[in-house]
Amino acid sequence: MRHGVARFVTGFLALPVGLYLFYVVWPFLQAAGYSLTDWGGYSDRQQFVGLDNYLRLFSDELIRKAFWHNVFFLVTVPLFTIALALFLAFLLNVGGREDKAGIRGVFGSGLYKVIFFFPQVLSLVVIAVMWQQIYRADGQGLINGVLMKIGLVDADDPITFVYDPEPFLGVPAVLWWLLVIAVWSGAGFYMVLFSAAMQSIPKDIYEAAILDGAGRFHTFFRITLPLLRDTVSVAWVYLGFIALDMFALVYIMTPSQGGPNHASEIFASVINFNAFQKGQFGYACAIAVALAIFTILLAALQLRITRRERIEY
Amino acid sequence: MSTVTHTPAGPDQAPPPDRTPGPRSAVGGSRAGAKIFNGFSHLFLAVWAIMVVYPLLWVVMSALKTDSEVIRKPLSLFPETLQWGNFTRAWTEGHIGDFFLNTILVLTGSVFLTMLLGSMAAYVLARYDFPGNRLIYYMFLSGLTLPVYLAAVPLFKGVYNMGVTLPFLGPNSHLMLILVYVAWSLAFTVFFMHSFFRTLPDAIAEAALVDGASHSRLFFSVMLPMAKPGLISIGIFNVLGQWNQWYLPTLLMQSVAGEPKNQVISQGLIELSVNQGYKSDWSGLFAGVTMAMLPVLIVYIVFQRQVQSGLTAGVSK
Repeated sequence: MRHGVARFVTGFLALPVGLYLFYVVWPFLQAAGYSLTDWGGYSDRQQFVGLDNYLRLFSDELIRKAFWHNVFFLVTVPLFTIALALFLAFLLNVGGREDKAGIRGVFGSGLYKVIFFFPQVLSLVVIAVMWQQIYRADGQGLINGVLMKIGLVDADDPITFVYDPEPFLGVPAVLWWLLVIAVWSGAGFYMVLFSAAMQSIPKDIYEAAILDGAGRFHTFFRITLPLLRDTVSVAWVYLGFIALDMFALVYIMTPSQGGPNHASEIFASVINFNAFQKGQFGYACAIAVALAIFTILLAALQLRITRRERIEY
Repeated sequence: MSTVTHTPAGPDQAPPPDRTPGPRSAVGGSRAGAKIFNGFSHLFLAVWAIMVVYPLLWVVMSALKTDSEVIRKPLSLFPETLQWGNFTRAWTEGHIGDFFLNTILVLTGSVFLTMLLGSMAAYVLARYDFPGNRLIYYMFLSGLTLPVYLAAVPLFKGVYNMGVTLPFLGPNSHLMLILVYVAWSLAFTVFFMHSFFRTLPDAIAEAALVDGASHSRLFFSVMLPMAKPGLISIGIFNVLGQWNQWYLPTLLMQSVAGEPKNQVISQGLIELSVNQGYKSDWSGLFAGVTMAMLPVLIVYIVFQRQVQSGLTAGVSK
């Protein structure tokens, strides 16, 4: 009998573990190995250079830029997306009329939810190509076209969007324009998530609050929001990962994949640039390992900050 | 939750006095305030809904214009005459048709295998105790945090070397992409299904074993059907995730010996956006985007409840 179990376990695990080892684990380990060499990627010549690549990271101007751009997205993408999603969920669930059973959702909230979720099912590539057309720097673009029509933008001096490296609030404008897309595409999903969490809060808590004389704003800020803490922190962790992965937008939309003039470089685009354009695979792997360490530290930090006792009801 | 109807309150509809108990009318918002707030909610929600729908609609409608109309009247949502030819041009000359075929070929295999292998591994890890169990579980888990860019270079090299001896597993091969998709989807699938299989009752499993079922029969005929809700969630997650995958195909579906590339839809769309830009074939580009977008949107609208709960369940686990 024991023998049968062992054979069954091995049989079930062999294929998945094998595939995973070959296509995921092995490349990761190799990357860590290459990061200690000066391998160019195309030749077979590679020399062990120890930690040189890692030391070079600290003096690389491009990496420093990419690091701060990643931090920018890491702060702004979750912040704006969650704020907007919470606001929409609040309007959706609290905006309706009050009655004996408490405060109801607005009329048509089901339809709103369906629509707001649209961007989530579209691929990042479709979104990027679409926004490329929306962001066109002439009258043919959706935003410039509308603004020119109502006379807010001069046809000779259109908004240049992702071609604009000028800093706004200390951050290149192109990054702000990419942020708009990230928030646009993420808000609906997190609104649905928060909405579901709001609806799972038992009604009697609200009834008690209303009996005690709390209005809708009080109930929201004193009851709903604190009870949503868990969901919001999960959302924060997920959005953090998304923020680290803005590469699709940078790759498709910005000039020379990280431009203009390196104004929108992030870790991933620097890896791409070093590996495939400058032919420095060893160095690119070192950046990737640094990114992985950064990600893991961040995940650990986030889990630590957001860990709290769960409220069960 | 009792007697209230869903009709919006008319302006002259005074609230019945017995509905507003004393304390609330004293402290809480007044009826007029509530109405203003309700109106504000609708206004803002409607504005956001337009901001979501309008760009999508604009893309679809631009796909039905002539090129000169796209340039002359870029903003109008109503084409002068409907140019269905744009779609046929994008489908054949823009190769959207080929992209679709490749995507469907790959996804059919990869989603099926991801689900099968993922649940098998998750099941064994969740319900059988053996040395190395934790190690394998954490190995899968660690894949969730590591960025794919880290593996990009060696992964390409590994696939390339594989292709030298076994061309059907080399770059630009459907089977290779299927296996890569499966491997990269396993981490989350195993993680998700692991927590699902743990919750299934022991009694039924024991009963089946007592009745003489083998372990694999127990899995396929008893446990897998019981895990159906979880399978649906993770299935939707994987279909969307793999459909949207662009980095792995861009990296791996490269032509090495000059043969035509077997691009999938996301990868093809990126190249289409570059090529049609050179040719100034804007309507063709819009048609391509529309064709990549509409099938997913339609499937979503039909199954919206399952998709929403499936994807949100994926996050809150």
